[in-house]
Amino acid sequence: MLILECPYCGVKGEETEFHAGGEAHLKRFGPGSEDADFETYLFMRENPKGVHLERWRHANGCGKWFHAARCTMTLEVFGSYSAQTFEPPKEIKDKISAKRPGWSWRNFS
Amino acid sequence: MRRYSAFAIAREAARFHTGWERAWRSPEPKKKYDVIIVGAGGHGLATAFYLGKNFGITNVAIIEKGWLGGGNTGRNTTIIRSNYLQDPSAALYEKARSLYETMSQDLNYNVMFSPRGVIMLAQTEHEVRGYQRTAHANALQGVPTEFIGPERVKELVPIINLNGPRYPVLGGLWQARGGTGRHDAVAWGYARACSDMGMDIIQKCEVTGVRQEAGKVTGVDTTKGPIDCDKLGLVVAGNSGDLANMAGFRLPMESVALQALVSEPIKPCMDVVVMANTVHGYMSQSDKGEMVIGGGTDGFNNYTQRGSFHHVEETVRALVETFPMVSRLKMLRQWGGIVDVTGDRSPVIGKTPLGNCFINAGWGTGGFKAIPGGGWATAELIAKGEPGPLSAEFGMERFIEGRFIDESVAAGVAH
Amino acid sequence: MSTRLASGGRLLNKGKAVEFTFNGKRLQGYEGDTLASALLANDQMMVGRSFKYHRPRGIVASGAEEPNALFNMGEGSKFEPNQRATTTELFHGLTCASQNHWPSLEFDVGVVNNYAARFLPAGFYYKTFMAPRAAWKHVFEPIVRQSAGLGKAPKDRDADRYEHFYAFFDVVVVGGGIAGLIAAKAAGASGAKVLLMEQTAHWGGRTPVDGGEIDGVAVEDFIASLVNELKAMGNVTMRNRMMGAGVYDHGYVLGYERVADHTPNAVGPRHRMWRIRASQIVTATGAIERPLSFAGNDVPGVMLAAAVRDYVMDYGVSIGDRTVVVTNNDDAYRTAIALKNSGLEVPVILDARASGGGALADEARALGIRVENGKGIAKVKGGKRVTGVAICAQAGEGSTLEEIKCDAVAMSGGWSPVVHLWSHCGGKLIWDDAQAHFRPDASCAPTNQNGEGFVVPAGTANGPLGLNAVLADAVKAGESAAKAAGFTPKSVAAPQGVASDEAAMEPVWLMPQGAGPKLRMKAWLDYQNDVKVSDVRLAAQEGYESVEHTKRYTTLGMATDQGKLSNINGLATLAGQLNAPIPAVGTTTFRPPYHPVSFGAIAGEARAETFQPVRDTPISGWHSENNAFFEPVGHWRRPYCFPRNGESHAEAVKREINQTRNSLGMLDASTLGKLVVSGPDAGKFLDMLYTNMMSTLKVGKCRYGLMCSENGFLIDDGVVARIDEETFLCHTTTGGAERIHGWMEEWLQTEWWDWKVYVANVTEQYAQVAVVGPNARKVLEKLGGMDVSKEALAFMEWKDGKLGDFDARAYRISFSGELSYEIAVPASQGRAFWDALLEAGAEFDVMPYGTEALHVMRAEKGFIMIGDETDGTVIPQDLNMQWAISKKKEDYLGKRAQERSFMASADRWKLVGLETLDGAVIPDGAYIPAAGENANGQRNVQGRITSTYYSPTMDRGIAMALVHRGPDRMGEVLDIPTLDGTVLKAKIVDQVFYDKDGEKQNV
Repeated sequence: MLILECPYCGVKGEETEFHAGGEAHLKRFGPGSEDADFETYLFMRENPKGVHLERWRHANGCGKWFHAARCTMTLEVFGSYSAQTFEPPKEIKDKISAKRPGWSWRNFS
Repeated sequence: MRRYSAFAIAREAARFHTGWERAWRSPEPKKKYDVIIVGAGGHGLATAFYLGKNFGITNVAIIEKGWLGGGNTGRNTTIIRSNYLQDPSAALYEKARSLYETMSQDLNYNVMFSPRGVIMLAQTEHEVRGYQRTAHANALQGVPTEFIGPERVKELVPIINLNGPRYPVLGGLWQARGGTGRHDAVAWGYARACSDMGMDIIQKCEVTGVRQEAGKVTGVDTTKGPIDCDKLGLVVAGNSGDLANMAGFRLPMESVALQALVSEPIKPCMDVVVMANTVHGYMSQSDKGEMVIGGGTDGFNNYTQRGSFHHVEETVRALVETFPMVSRLKMLRQWGGIVDVTGDRSPVIGKTPLGNCFINAGWGTGGFKAIPGGGWATAELIAKGEPGPLSAEFGMERFIEGRFIDESVAAGVAH
Repeated sequence: MSTRLASGGRLLNKGKAVEFTFNGKRLQGYEGDTLASALLANDQMMVGRSFKYHRPRGIVASGAEEPNALFNMGEGSKFEPNQRATTTELFHGLTCASQNHWPSLEFDVGVVNNYAARFLPAGFYYKTFMAPRAAWKHVFEPIVRQSAGLGKAPKDRDADRYEHFYAFFDVVVVGGGIAGLIAAKAAGASGAKVLLMEQTAHWGGRTPVDGGEIDGVAVEDFIASLVNELKAMGNVTMRNRMMGAGVYDHGYVLGYERVADHTPNAVGPRHRMWRIRASQIVTATGAIERPLSFAGNDVPGVMLAAAVRDYVMDYGVSIGDRTVVVTNNDDAYRTAIALKNSGLEVPVILDARASGGGALADEARALGIRVENGKGIAKVKGGKRVTGVAICAQAGEGSTLEEIKCDAVAMSGGWSPVVHLWSHCGGKLIWDDAQAHFRPDASCAPTNQNGEGFVVPAGTANGPLGLNAVLADAVKAGESAAKAAGFTPKSVAAPQGVASDEAAMEPVWLMPQGAGPKLRMKAWLDYQNDVKVSDVRLAAQEGYESVEHTKRYTTLGMATDQGKLSNINGLATLAGQLNAPIPAVGTTTFRPPYHPVSFGAIAGEARAETFQPVRDTPISGWHSENNAFFEPVGHWRRPYCFPRNGESHAEAVKREINQTRNSLGMLDASTLGKLVVSGPDAGKFLDMLYTNMMSTLKVGKCRYGLMCSENGFLIDDGVVARIDEETFLCHTTTGGAERIHGWMEEWLQTEWWDWKVYVANVTEQYAQVAVVGPNARKVLEKLGGMDVSKEALAFMEWKDGKLGDFDARAYRISFSGELSYEIAVPASQGRAFWDALLEAGAEFDVMPYGTEALHVMRAEKGFIMIGDETDGTVIPQDLNMQWAISKKKEDYLGKRAQERSFMASADRWKLVGLETLDGAVIPDGAYIPAAGENANGQRNVQGRITSTYYSPTMDRGIAMALVHRGPDRMGEVLDIPTLDGTVLKAKIVDQVFYDKDGEKQNV
């Protein structure tokens, strides 16, 4: 059972306090977009063995959505950060790079 | 291959069983095969078996990173049923179920298919309607099921508590020819039969790359060197994302951990398989006497095959509520398996963006029961290069077209 | 025979006799006994039958690793199968019975399997029982099932209570032996908050059994003062009878406290499950002795050497008068010495090592014990009890050199650290050649959320076996755990014991080394599951080479002890057969729990009424008082109907509907979701959430809206009211409130975070009552207050004001087709308002109605119901609800998805009404077949029923259905087969059956 820290209320909580929301930093494609783009947005997933950037909601807490960087092989959590951003903050990326050299995620690393 | 039989056992007993031959050979890989299947789990081995049996294609290698049958085939709760709602699922799972009926004889390996019957409990009005719908659909699909009342449920499952204060049992969907099988034996039986047809099962050999030319697959790189092939089948369950990445495409799937547990063995007390979706638990009793119990999946991506306590807690609560006598049994072992879940929670059997490369994946929690059907359909796909009727609806293009196969609609969320 | 000695028994209170019953025999033990020691004291060596061959089984161990002594315990609602005698403390009135035999323990017909054992090698069932096909299910499987299994199934509901306890510690030390005590002290000295748990009732583990001194005082005294020291430390919590059951991710530890197993009549919970978060976990879990693999090592009377010693020293019980000791290490000499010192005979110590033992061997010889080096046991004699052993050279093939009469055999094959908790969460192991065991690999510890190790093994659990090494390791472990938890350890010198000079052990995986097939077939690895050396060899021979294959093919290590005794011996046997080094063969995975834990403890207090939380509305009390039949809707309980005077549910529903349509009905609609959406961008936001245009809604008006997932499917519906320029109140379905609230927050927080909108779920702030029927207005006017006339409050309008004394918000909306007001009052006023309405409505014979009447009335009116007409695969267009999809909007959630080819196609199943020609009610869930079959041989289908009811208003069956191009086929008659074989004929009609023009609701 994971422990996660909500970056909004600062609470470190049990996994059961949170709701997992799948891959983070997806770009929404709306009406008029290409079929392939829309399919990618809705269904295609990185599903890496390693660092995963993902969404969580502090559902049984402050109710806020946030993002976390977590390793799917070891369940190490590199940090949690605001959901209102297009990529992780530098300190989290640096922390990941230090522990998982050569790491990358879609179009950033 | 020497046939297994009671006579063979008697003969071997006389010489202290020194004459038994290997169930499967352990060859070094050849330079090239007509078909390479990656993944020697149930689906991979079944695919190879039906390539040989149905299409005469026997120049086949099955490459396995670990040990054959060592993934989800050996980690599930062994339930076999086909009472699915949607036509494509019902066809595929019923094909599988019917092949299970004769598998022991077909493979000359006792897989202990036990058609003891499966009940899915209805504990809300909504669930009653959902299962009545499934019963109607099954009738037209040629899958014999019936919706039964609480009294019949009690007859079939004497240890059940019909009158829980929160979710009384209102009835159930009963498939008399559903049941269980011996999961390891399915992999071993197929492996023995494949090996006997001359196929090479190459264990402890990891695929490290997919070789291609002009948009078509030409072979794979492995820890035992490169191996060429004309056609490639990827049948690796929770590792599908990794393989797809090597082959240069992405999949509409995520990998999560599915939880299961068993109790200590007790004398027989429950003959059928019971699934209770409202309270989230399912249970059967193995031939060994253990109560085999399935739980839920994590909501997050996970490749560790570890169990988690809060899932077990939720599942066991449900079972204590449904079968009060289990309260005084003890949990012997819990574990997790990695399942790959697609966008509509139905599997993918189909072509991939890479030519001559085919995939069988995304079984979520329902892989074991589908093994022979999935193998049958995937073999047809690989042999002909195009999906046959069993897999026609299961291609990945359904995610572009919006043509989903969604089973969760019929209350039966768990497989 | 085994018996109680006149002296000894450090754990006993011989002043207090305890009576108990075994297989109907009344026996006596002492306070402090385990069930196992008490049985042995009564010469009950044979305690059960094995799983497969039904061979006689005796007690082989003294702790949790015991595979044989498993009993049916207790009676009735306190009955429990598979209770281990070695971990059961004796209490007055204990009743137990042996398992897995018929008709009796002494005479078991199942033992025929034993005589046929040669025909039942590993995996024999995979090779036979295949013909005829039906025979497996009907003949063979029932036989296999009956002869397998162990204890009986409990029959009754559990009479006991269980609870959970949540705890947080810096350091959790598992194991209260000498290493655990010292590690806890070292960790506690740093100021860290420490929990120390011990699975037995005693502190100190096995160290006191061997006596000696630590820091110049007797071991027992040293431990007593250490325990007192720890008890005095405010930051250290100690619990015995509590097992570390499992280690999970991120420092989650499960502690299984058996609070009252030894006092079954005490008030309080039987078990307590501790759900612990620990920064660091010290596993001071000790080591388990391994059996030796020689022929007949399963005959009752053959026991682990340390267990023999435990029974003598701890319980004053001798296993036999003449005990042969057989070993590959020095520790077993301690057993021989202890026996001799207790006045018992040890005819010979067989030491498989050619060079023999060290100082302990000299000590044994000095006591006059015969010691034979390089010798082993060729075969144990005896059936239900050891009668003697045949001695052979370990290096040979088992020719008997000498036979010795004895009634017990004490064996030791070396020790394996208990690495389970280390391994549960991914800790790796390394093979220690010198000790011939796997121990924790400190460089590959299980890692926590920070990627750092969080489990520290201590003492014998970490590999060292000598006392001084254990003491030093324990101090180090306690200190490093405290440090890793963020505390500064105070450096403490490790206590010092008296060093003993032990000769190195030598691995012995088969005795004698060259044992032939006959002996190998009698050399047991797994006692309970009947796996022998020959079985593992056969598995390897047949290609089941992976340790996982071997385990599964032979069932080695899959018994209730999960291989605690058998795993290493089995692995070594497999490695030998494969000619591979043991570490290359690897281990199987260790899974929680360490030792089985009760389902009752896992479930905790959540059972029966408290199985799940109940959500009640402010009016639920009235429902209960008035014979409501409830149905669960999520965690809510909603009245399905209110039967009166023995009415059936169908009759009650009919009455409720008729009265509502003819006069006045009332529904507790409080469970409907109520979400306030407010802010400058609220209109724009709702335009994205709903398929409709909500931003144009006028203040004071209501609009029915649909919500889709981004995948295009309908997920919820409900009426939206505009409260003011910036505020909307969105009604959701009962099941949808939390889900839709979360859905709104998700979009606001993760996609449109710059939009100025605030959402609050106010569902439980209001009680809401639907007042429905031709007399609805009259009853409200009777209450007085706000003007509810057609002019003042028109259809699809809402208004705040007073109704009687109540602050009320009245919505003029209708889900029944009748004149209808849904009135929200503060939750605290809900019941009073309901009562006031009942009183005012009495003259109209007002009738509360339930969910079924609600469903029928909405179906009569042709309204859709989320979950009936929708099932996650239906889009608004399928329900002909294009009118609810704004054409003016560029975007809404689900719009892009609905442009995909399959969804945009006109060739879909669409909603229509159905009327059976004869008025019958179509069964729920029926499908409508079409001609022919598809490629898979399934009947083609062209539609399905989504809702079907008997309509009291129409006095006939009505239904809604999704039918292929249905709206284009009005008037067509369809065949609908039912499951009983009859075929109903139904005509496609408009889905609105009642008051098509809305005259009733719009008055």
